[in-house]
Formats: sequence, structure tokens, C-alpha cells
Amino acid sequence: MSSNKTFKLDGKNIAFEDGDTIMDAALRAGEYIPHLCHNPEFTPHGSCRICVVNANGRQISACTQPAMENMEVDNSSDEIINDRRALLQMLFVEGNHVCPGCEKSGACQLQAVAYYSNMLSPHFTHFFPQRTVDASHADIAIDFNRCILCELCVRASREVDHKNVFAIDGRGINSHLVINSASGKLGDSSFAATDKAAHVCPVGAILPKHTAYDKPIGERLYDKKPISIVGDVAANEQDGER
Amino acid sequence: MSIEEFISRITTSAHNQPGHLLQYLYEIQYQYSHIPQQAIQLLAEKLSLTEAHIDGVIGFYAFLHGAPRGVYDILVSDSITDHMLGSHQLLDKLCKKLGVTPGVPRDDQRVTVDTTSCTGMCDQGPALLVNGWTITRLDENRIDSIAELIESETAIEQWPEAFFQVEDNIQRRDILLSDDSNNGDALKSLIDKGDETILDQIESSGLRGRGGAGFKTGMKWRFCKQAQADQHYVVCNADEGEPGTFKDRILLNAYADEVFEGMTVCAGVIGATKGYLYLRGEYRFMRAPLEQILHKRREANLLGNSILGKHGFDFDIEIHMGAGAYICGEESSLIESLEGKRGIPRKRPPFPVTHGYQNKPTVVNNVETFMAAALIAIHGADWFRSVGTEESSGTKLLSISGDCEKPGIYEYPFGVSIHDILQDCGATNTQAVQIAGAAGFTIPAAEFDRRIAFEDVSTGGSFMVFNQQRDLLDMVKNFAHFFVHESCGFCTPCRVGSSLMKDLVDKAHSGHAGQYDLDEMQKIGLLMRSASHCGLGATAPNPVLDTLNKFPQIYEKRLKHTSYEPAFDLDAALQDARDITGRDDAGAHIGTES
Repeated sequence: MSSNKTFKLDGKNIAFEDGDTIMDAALRAGEYIPHLCHNPEFTPHGSCRICVVNANGRQISACTQPAMENMEVDNSSDEIINDRRALLQMLFVEGNHVCPGCEKSGACQLQAVAYYSNMLSPHFTHFFPQRTVDASHADIAIDFNRCILCELCVRASREVDHKNVFAIDGRGINSHLVINSASGKLGDSSFAATDKAAHVCPVGAILPKHTAYDKPIGERLYDKKPISIVGDVAANEQDGER
Repeated sequence: MSIEEFISRITTSAHNQPGHLLQYLYEIQYQYSHIPQQAIQLLAEKLSLTEAHIDGVIGFYAFLHGAPRGVYDILVSDSITDHMLGSHQLLDKLCKKLGVTPGVPRDDQRVTVDTTSCTGMCDQGPALLVNGWTITRLDENRIDSIAELIESETAIEQWPEAFFQVEDNIQRRDILLSDDSNNGDALKSLIDKGDETILDQIESSGLRGRGGAGFKTGMKWRFCKQAQADQHYVVCNADEGEPGTFKDRILLNAYADEVFEGMTVCAGVIGATKGYLYLRGEYRFMRAPLEQILHKRREANLLGNSILGKHGFDFDIEIHMGAGAYICGEESSLIESLEGKRGIPRKRPPFPVTHGYQNKPTVVNNVETFMAAALIAIHGADWFRSVGTEESSGTKLLSISGDCEKPGIYEYPFGVSIHDILQDCGATNTQAVQIAGAAGFTIPAAEFDRRIAFEDVSTGGSFMVFNQQRDLLDMVKNFAHFFVHESCGFCTPCRVGSSLMKDLVDKAHSGHAGQYDLDEMQKIGLLMRSASHCGLGATAPNPVLDTLNKFPQIYEKRLKHTSYEPAFDLDAALQDARDITGRDDAGAHIGTES
């Protein structure tokens, strides 16, 4: 750490290096900015907009905005919290997220960020889209109902696994995750349970088979402490925590 | 010709580049009325791309289809001005005559009839596209003839030429449209005076981007010139998709040489050897004539190697077709599309001037900007500054349509008032003007003394007039649906917000909304404006926010006088049960009084 450049996050001085985004510097300093599509192992994406902060009077995504000397970043005003909550509510009504029955419940980043942001209801009208479940693969199932289009699996499969198993098809509200295989099914693709892409999904869309509900309520990832302390799903999974 | 042969032919002509994927798909679409699975497999192999990636590109562009559309693929322009000219009724008539449901290919695979976003013919609508070719001035007779031609399987080349006539409709000329310089004058000036002098002239002319954002052109060129790289690119943005705008159509039809010359001047200044004209898919009819002009310019040594004999001045231009995506008018999406990908806006910074096409320094300018730059290179900065205002020098081309006697192209010095424009185009009894398109501003009569200028009402050129008889909520509804169709889907606020907004606008339009719904529209709109990834999401709520603010009466007159109305219509939800049981008596309904 040779740099002594800083910016202010909610009034606190945060040190940063050239090339850091606001998110990079905040994570290093142990400051939590809620996020879903961001994972420090991959190229920043900026699609979920959950990490929206106000920097020098303009709303931007912390994961894509380069940190700048003396920048004033607001991560906790009512305005930012309300916007973030509304964005979470949008993600909840866009898909079919049924927390009480979902095996990812308690260890789901979408749910954890929603708790952290005091989201008490989905608020907007549900879209109830017709989506499918792909259980064709021996070890991994995909439930498209829960996909939030963060593209972490797309990025992991491209950048780490070099397999390009996933892609996004469609446009606008019809955008959806697709699988690269003759049948479009995961079982026919080159996907393996050991792929990086199998371990980056922040929600319950890409799930290992045969381990559902093995952790009792009370011992799940986010049961005891909030996400601001526990950290991301993917980071914990790496440490052998599920 | 087999699919293998066809693909082999189109891919060899462009040397098998993955970046040409969109161009290959465009060719295949018009050859086969869709992209056959076999073509996807062949392309994936040839270009070393995954089939899922190619599916994703097909799925992104409205003019590309994975399933057959029929021999005749008809897309009726869905612009609000086309509606005002009766396009809905004509669409219904055509569907009835042909026995088709909109969007669904007929069983015999002969024809599909569907709608598409504004085709840029608002001054001579209603318009449609048949296999990508523009037909203007639709009326009942023309619809009858089209239906007959389709039933008799007449090849489109045999259809009456009059159908395909596109007029320029230039109603007012100023310094750009009345210029009579010769081809090559701007390039001679560049060679004589040197690129630094010309760049100085562009800078001191005060020329700003004509797409509407108004970034200083000279500054953009300077940044790009200063960026170190082995290649620089010049890109002309001719993807004019903003509903109600059609001025680039006229410039490329009647002033293409000036536009290409402006691109070449830019190339000389920034040191580029390659340029692209990104032409919107709706302007398929202009491609061949533009190719002809490029060919002539090569022959006249206005393009190619050692332009006008100047050693080292090498530049050529290629035309790249869009395929039905409004978002590609945004410069970073346009670059992604040029690279053959889905048109998702890039993160910025870095900006295209340093990391653009192929990650190289790239200038992307509007068609009108390049033309103005060419003329500034000839006549100088003072000539340009002699018209317009201090902050907005020069002139602006307006595409005027809607409720007026003389729709068409009007070139005005910046600073002209809306009132004067309305008078010139013969608009009377005007309720509102929608300026800068669906993403623009709704201006009420009380503000008609406002001026067209970057410092007041800034516009890429769309100017739609609505008289007192119009229901502005029809316009709001049209735009809300437009943005759902055109959102790229990348970021949450635009992808989900535009759909939520559309549902609420529909609810208000059908008289089912309460005050709570209007408050929700306001909240969703402000969130989209502040939290979206790009300008599309940030401006998509404009028509709703503007009309809620300036035309509250259009909502209030249909408002339910309750604070809350459920989105869920209980009686409508029982329809499935009624269908199954075959009942429709009073007992099978739940009261919908009030």
C-alpha cells in the first residue's frame, strides 16, 4: 500500500489505489456496500444496481465507478436505502422467489441483502413469469425462476472455466439465461460440478443436487449474523461453508 | 443454393470475422426469413463462437428470428404519429384480409404481420416494412393491393414502384441544406490547411453533437487524436431510432457525399484509416445507393489510399446494418453491435474516444454532425458561428410530424422558438409538442416561447405535434410500450421498471387507476432516472414524469376517486373458470360496478 489517496464513504476516510473502484476500496476497508452481481474475482458488471451510491451528487454503481480523490460517497442516506430497497423489490417481483420453500433460503444473497435493507414486502405487482427448471444434469440443477441475470455464471464459465456454457438470450424483460448445448439442457453441456460457474450463483438458481435442506434452520449461512458481517455466498462457499 | 453454400459465400466475402456476425445474420434472415438452426451451427463452427452466443445475438435484435416468419414479413410502424394517421385500422384490415393474427406466421408460411418501432417515415406515414423494404403512405387501397400481391405470390421486385417512394420533404433550408460546395472541397481544405488548423476551426466553431447530447465535437476529436494506439476509428451513427426523427434519412439520401466527407475529414484529423456507417435496419432501401456513392468516391480518390494524392492519407468506409434495436443509437451499444454482439451499453469510463471499436480510440458522431464538420472545414468557424446562439452555434435539422399541414424537414438556426416553428409548419390549435422523441420533453402551450437550443430545449431532431383533439395519454401509452420493447434488459431499474411503468400506464389509460398508482408511477420513474445504467433507462420515464407534472388533467379525468385500486381484476381472473365451465351468467361474474 503505497498510495495515500482517500475518499469519504459516509464521512469515513477510505484509502484507495489507482484503478480501484469505490467497491474495491470499500471491501478492502471492511465497509459493506450491498451488492448482488459483483464478485471481486470477476470483471465488474454493474447490472443489478443494488450497490447504487451517491457520489458527488450523482447516483452511480459503486462496483463500476473508479474511486477518485476526495470523492464524497453516500451509502446510507434514506434516499439511497429506499432506492436500493425498490430495486430489490423489482428483482423479487420479476422472478418467482418463494423463500419459505426454497432450499437456498437462509444462505441466499438476495434474501440476505433484502433483510439487510429492511425489505418487508415485494411491494410491486408480481409478474409471475412462466419459467422452467432444468434437472438434466447429474450433479447440478438450474431453477430459472430464481435467476436475477447477474451473469456471474456467464462470467465464471467464460473467464475461469473457459467453457462458455452460459449466455444471455432475448432482450429487455424477456432477457433470460441460456445454456450452450444441442438441446439447450445443462445435462448435454460440458458443465461440471467442479466448474467455477457452479459455485458463484448468489441466489438459488444454480444448485448442487442431493444436499438440499441439509443445514437446519438456525445454522444456515445468514441465520446468526447479517450479510454485512458474513459476506457473499460465493466467498463463503470457497471457505467450505454452505 | 444450399445453406452451406450461402454461408460460405457471405462469410468468405468478409474474411470470416466473428465481428461480422450481425451482418451475416442480417443476410441470412432476408434469405431464409429466419436464421435456420443449421446456419447457426455452421456459423458457430466457422467463427469459433458458441451456438448459445449466436442465439443470444439473434434474440437481441428485433429483425432477426429463430423461427420462420413467412415469405412476406410485414412490420407496420408503431410510431404514435402513424397511429394518428390511422395505422391501427389499416393493420386490422390487413390482418383480416390475410387471415392472420399479428405476430403469428400464417399456417401456409406465406406471411407474418406484426408491428415495429418507428420506421422513420412519420412525414409520409402510415408506413410499413415488407422484408425490410419501406412502403410509405398507406391507405385502404394500398392495403388491398398489398394483400392481393401477397395472395398472388408476386415477388416484391414486381410490386408497384410507387409504394416504395420515399420523399425528402425538405421544407426549410438554412446554411447546411443550401450549401453548394463540391465534392472534395472539405478534403482539399484539410490538405491545404493541415489537420491542426481544421481541428482548431471545428473547436472554435462551437459545433456540438447533433444527436441531442451536445458534447463538443472538437473536444471529442482532440481526445481521440491524443489517444495513443496503432489504429483509430471513425463511426457515423445513422441509427436514428428516436420515434419521430427522420432527418438522417434525408441527409443520407440527398447529402451523403457531405456526410462521408465529414467522416473523411475526421479520419484525417484523428489519424484513422477505417470508418463505419452504422445504418439502422429500417433504412435497408438506402444501403445500395450509399454503396454506390462510396464506390464513386473511391473512383474519385476521395476515399482509399493517398486521398487526393496526399501520401499517407488512407481511409475507407464500410456500411454496417443495424437490425432493429433502438438502444444501438447509444454510442457504446452501437460499438458493441458493430463488433457483432448484443447491443448492451458499456460501462463508462473508459469512453469510446480512448477505448471504442475493438478497444481502439474511436470517434462516434451523428450524421448531421459530420455534415456540419465537413462544411466548417470548407467555410471556417466564423461562418458557422454566424448563425445560432452563443452556446449553440449553427443550425438544427428538425423532423416535424403529427398535427400540422406541412410535415417534413426544417433547418433552423439554433434559438428558434417553438411558436415560430409551429407557425411555419402550419400547426394550429396545438395542445402539446413532444420534442426529442419518446425520451424527450412534453411541452405545453404555455411554454411555446421556449427555444430549440442546448441551453433550453435540446433535441436530436424529433418534433411531434399534438392538437387539442388528441388524448395525450395515447402518446404516453405508446411510449411506455416502446420502452418495454427497446430496453436492453441489462440493468434492473430499466428492465423491470419499464414493465412496471407500462402496466401502470395501461391501468391509467383504461380508467382503472387511482391516485396511489400515479404516485407509484412518479416513484418508479424517478428511480429509473437516477439508478439506470445508461441514458435509455434514465430518459425512458420522461414522458410519464413530464405529463404527470404538466398535464395532470389527462390522468385525472380517468382517475378512480379512491386512493387505492388493486392491480388484480377479480372478475377478469375468473375468465378461465368461465371458459372451462361454459358459463357467462350473472352468477359467474363478480361485480365490477364503480
